Amino acid sequence: MSIAEAPIAAKPKAVVETPFRRFASEYLESRVAAFALGLMMVLIGLAVLAPWITPQNPYDLAQVDVLDSRLPPGTKSSGNYTHWLGTDGAGRDLLSAMIYGLRISLIVGVMSGLIAMIVGTAVGMTAAYTGGRVENLIMRIVDLQLSFPAILLALMLIAVLGKGIDKIIIALVTVQWAYYARTVRGTALVEARKEYVEAARCLGLSSPRILFKHILPNCIAPLIVVATVQTAHAIALEATLSFLGVGLPQTEPSLGLLISNGFEYMLSGKYWISFFPGLVLLVTIVAINLVGDQLRDVLNPRLKR
Amino acid sequence: MIKFRQIGQISAAIFGLAIGAAAPLMAEDLKIGLAAEPSAMDPHFHNLTPNNALLSHIFERLVETDPAGKLVPGLAESWKVLDGNIWEFKLRAGVKWHDGAPFTADDVVFTFERAPNVPNSPSSFASSIKGKTLKKIDDLTIQVSTPAPAPLLPTELTNLLIVSKKSGDGAKTEDYNSGKAAVGTGPFKFGSFVPGDKIEMVKNPDYWGTKAAYDKVTFKPIKAGPARVAALLAGDVDIIDDVPTADIERLKKEPKISLSQGVSNRVIYFHMDQFREETPFIKAKDGSAIKNPLRDKRVRLALSKAINRDAIVSRVMEGVALPAGQFLADQFFGVSAKVKPVPFDLEGAKKLLTEAGFPNGFKMTLHGPNGRYTNDVKIAEAVAQMLTRLGIETSIETLPPAVFFTRASAGAAGLPEFSFILVGWSSDTSETSGSLKPLVGTFDKDKGTGTANRGRYSNAQVDQLTADALATVDDVKRAALLSQAVELAMDDVAIIPSHYPINTWGAKKGLKIAARSNEYTLVMGVTKD
Amino acid sequence: MTAFVLRRLTQSIGVVFVMSLIVFFGVHVVGDPVYMLINPQADQKDIEAAIKALGLDRPIWEQYWHFLTGALRGDLGRSFIFGESALKVIVQRMPATIELALTAVTMAVVFGIPLGLYAGLKPEGVFSKIIMAGSIVGFSLPTFWVGLMLIMVFAVILGWLPSTGRGETATYLGITSSLFTLNGLSHILLPALNLALLKISLVIRLTRAGTREAIHQDYIKFARAKGLSNRRVVGVHLLKNILIPVVTVLGLEFGNLVAFSVVTETIFSWPGMGKLLIQAIQSLDRPVIVAYLILIVLMFVVINLVVDVLYSILDPRVRLGEGSA
Repeated sequence: MSIAEAPIAAKPKAVVETPFRRFASEYLESRVAAFALGLMMVLIGLAVLAPWITPQNPYDLAQVDVLDSRLPPGTKSSGNYTHWLGTDGAGRDLLSAMIYGLRISLIVGVMSGLIAMIVGTAVGMTAAYTGGRVENLIMRIVDLQLSFPAILLALMLIAVLGKGIDKIIIALVTVQWAYYARTVRGTALVEARKEYVEAARCLGLSSPRILFKHILPNCIAPLIVVATVQTAHAIALEATLSFLGVGLPQTEPSLGLLISNGFEYMLSGKYWISFFPGLVLLVTIVAINLVGDQLRDVLNPRLKR
Repeated sequence: MIKFRQIGQISAAIFGLAIGAAAPLMAEDLKIGLAAEPSAMDPHFHNLTPNNALLSHIFERLVETDPAGKLVPGLAESWKVLDGNIWEFKLRAGVKWHDGAPFTADDVVFTFERAPNVPNSPSSFASSIKGKTLKKIDDLTIQVSTPAPAPLLPTELTNLLIVSKKSGDGAKTEDYNSGKAAVGTGPFKFGSFVPGDKIEMVKNPDYWGTKAAYDKVTFKPIKAGPARVAALLAGDVDIIDDVPTADIERLKKEPKISLSQGVSNRVIYFHMDQFREETPFIKAKDGSAIKNPLRDKRVRLALSKAINRDAIVSRVMEGVALPAGQFLADQFFGVSAKVKPVPFDLEGAKKLLTEAGFPNGFKMTLHGPNGRYTNDVKIAEAVAQMLTRLGIETSIETLPPAVFFTRASAGAAGLPEFSFILVGWSSDTSETSGSLKPLVGTFDKDKGTGTANRGRYSNAQVDQLTADALATVDDVKRAALLSQAVELAMDDVAIIPSHYPINTWGAKKGLKIAARSNEYTLVMGVTKD
Repeated sequence: MTAFVLRRLTQSIGVVFVMSLIVFFGVHVVGDPVYMLINPQADQKDIEAAIKALGLDRPIWEQYWHFLTGALRGDLGRSFIFGESALKVIVQRMPATIELALTAVTMAVVFGIPLGLYAGLKPEGVFSKIIMAGSIVGFSLPTFWVGLMLIMVFAVILGWLPSTGRGETATYLGITSSLFTLNGLSHILLPALNLALLKISLVIRLTRAGTREAIHQDYIKFARAKGLSNRRVVGVHLLKNILIPVVTVLGLEFGNLVAFSVVTETIFSWPGMGKLLIQAIQSLDRPVIVAYLILIVLMFVVINLVVDVLYSILDPRVRLGEGSA
């Protein structure tokens, strides 16, 4: 009796296991991924709390003094606090500028990555599933988009709209959605012709249902690979656009812009101006990718053993 | 350890794969890394510094300039003014073109015909020829006449490279690029031109003057500043121009590098909208429209006083600039000894602003190009900080030059679009008339004055003094007129000068290159020690 | 198949037309090239003369019509900067870029696929973890930063490789390339590596993801059950299946390398098309930009076509032109 009762007593606990819990515990199986998630939380926290934790508001020109420019790490500032990581060429406290910059980089990277992924996936799936003229048209637009240089697009946007974070996001989305579309279509094309889709069709399931319930989950693995790479790429691309002079406004620098500002100091021995922002950018992107990797493994139905 | 690079060169030479490495051992080569890329080998295609400088090695001018900008004889041995409107030039005898033909007055006549008429030229030499009538007296004498006295005529000819009639007749830009027509009289002959990659020149052994010290010179465009410095440090090039200010401190300590520096004929300054009643990028702090404060001299002076020029020079330009008070640095022609840089005086500036009726300041956008002038973005940022301290809430918008210059010169409705801009100006004649006329002269299409007057400052007295000076052949009198005009314009705060940049060249140890005020990088100025 | 290819090419004409339209008007909106190109000393009349010389005085529609009629005759206009045929200016620089892109893609395949396979087959191994961490670093840092670091380390500090520029060229089988000389190879290594880093990372990740997924699938289990050697299972069955996304992405990436190696070519002053493009964009050299992008569109169309055809070869389940495509 007692032997039989034990499992029954344990059962209520098992019922409490929601899909989220299962997902969470699967995710946390990897200690590295758990650490990366924690790191990402810290970074996001820093970015959100920037105005309250930084010694200086780097956007307030009255607080930034060019007389403090290029000070090495650990120097006392004219404003009576210590520049722990030094200052950049305009006299911004690097630590403050980096935390504010992190915020901008994250917004730019995540927003543009997310929007591009949604647009690209929708377009790619539509193309793969509908076929015919619509697919042709869509794929030719993709061709067009892939051949359009980001810098020219950014330059046109600046000429028409001026500089700004929203403009950069528009530019990055316009550049990136095509990659998602192309990848999703490629994978979906393979999936759409598999037996299970045919079976679903025979069962009379609706097209959207087949698309989202059956084909989409199978496109997720390559999609997440592209997404993590592209989000990281978006942050780096923003840096490159800034480097080419068509990026963000100078007085509100992102991590990428800070690195690009530091470019000219790389040979001069003033390593900190581009090194510290570079380091934070690296850590951020590594964290995003580790989280992305684990998510992919957990979400992928075909990796379930 | 043999380095890979050496292995490459050695084996390339052994297998005869490469032409460059197979040159005779005694040959002296020189490699130069250039910041700006020359676009053509046709000396009359594009009237811009990178081309004019590079082609000075192959072609020559009637009148040349020394590093400081003073006139020296070139293909013309001497010149004099006959009466106010006619200049006579004696051409140098015994000069031969690279193809062996003798240089005569016919070549000069041909050049005057060709230079303004090169098809598709994005910036033609018509301006150097304009108003000049050429007359050949004999094979070695020419006379140039102008409708009005032209004291600057010899100076204007320092921009015009003389080409051979024999090779140049009917030649297109393509023929110069291929080398077919690129026949000059200079110390170097055309070697090869690979657009975007390199330009090679070889020594002209029959040169009439001091023969070149190098058998072969290769020019390589290396646009990115740090990469140019790296190429010099790695020994891939022997000389670079436009050393970034950030690297100078380190390069000074580097034992294998020597630097040369010279003040350029450029001034970095701020232009202010002085022609609109309301200016688009100045608002009250609450965002409401106000009348254009920049039309008030007191406000302009306040802005000028609030700019800490010493800080810009020491912190932004890292010491390689001079604080500016007028259009050109002290050693140039036509400057005023009385005009000094406006000293930094924040309290005085605040007082002036209050007097002008803006005790609480206003909101302003400072526009500037990014990547056109040395450290332009950083200067804009620094000045925005300084003006913010004055109580003028300044935001900056730095735009790609392609966007900036169109809008700053002829934006909406064909008028300058911005209120307060950062720009630079170099006087190609190295005298203040070359700045006064285009920058602060009244904007007038027919007279050709005020071409770059993006603030539309206008002062009849300044206009008159400038015009008088430009018609005065006597140097002493002209200088007096010019300095008077400078004083007037500066007293009005027509523009706010910031600083005169100092140009820096880098060379490997044992070489030294002459720093030229016109920013030309010339092999003729390279000396060995 | 032929009908499919033909139809695709016809559609591309439309794409090219749309591209030329967008670029033509887009560049017009950005600014006036004359203000970039003209000597600052020029007066108002000189400026007007230059605007006229470049044909910019006429209404934009007329300019476009002029361009279009020229294009139909194969004349894409003259570069404003160089005064020569835009097409010639671009084609001159093409070999340098293609050899750079080929080297980079080769590096990506040679390093990326084996490392990715290893990491996919032994996901828990320490070496795999190092590979994956390294691959993240590969695309985290901006190209310009990595490029200058490479120059600093390998050219300035160690002095092993030349810092910038293209090396000597040699002609072999009618092809002139710097890949045929040792000097040329020593010059290409750093810029190619700079470009390849991102691609290597991408290939590693795609290969690993594909591998991890494939090893759980029936056909691999079946192949193993049949007693095929591990080498054959991995080398033939597995590789063939994971190559699909890799080929898609590499195809596009190759196109990208040819078209937009802007930053690397600028940092390393590599005399290729990317450096030309950035110069043309910065000076608003419209004829070059338009001609360039038309060529690039055509190239991408061809690449996509090849990728689609390869799809059908690599994966027989995909049939070309089946009611679509």
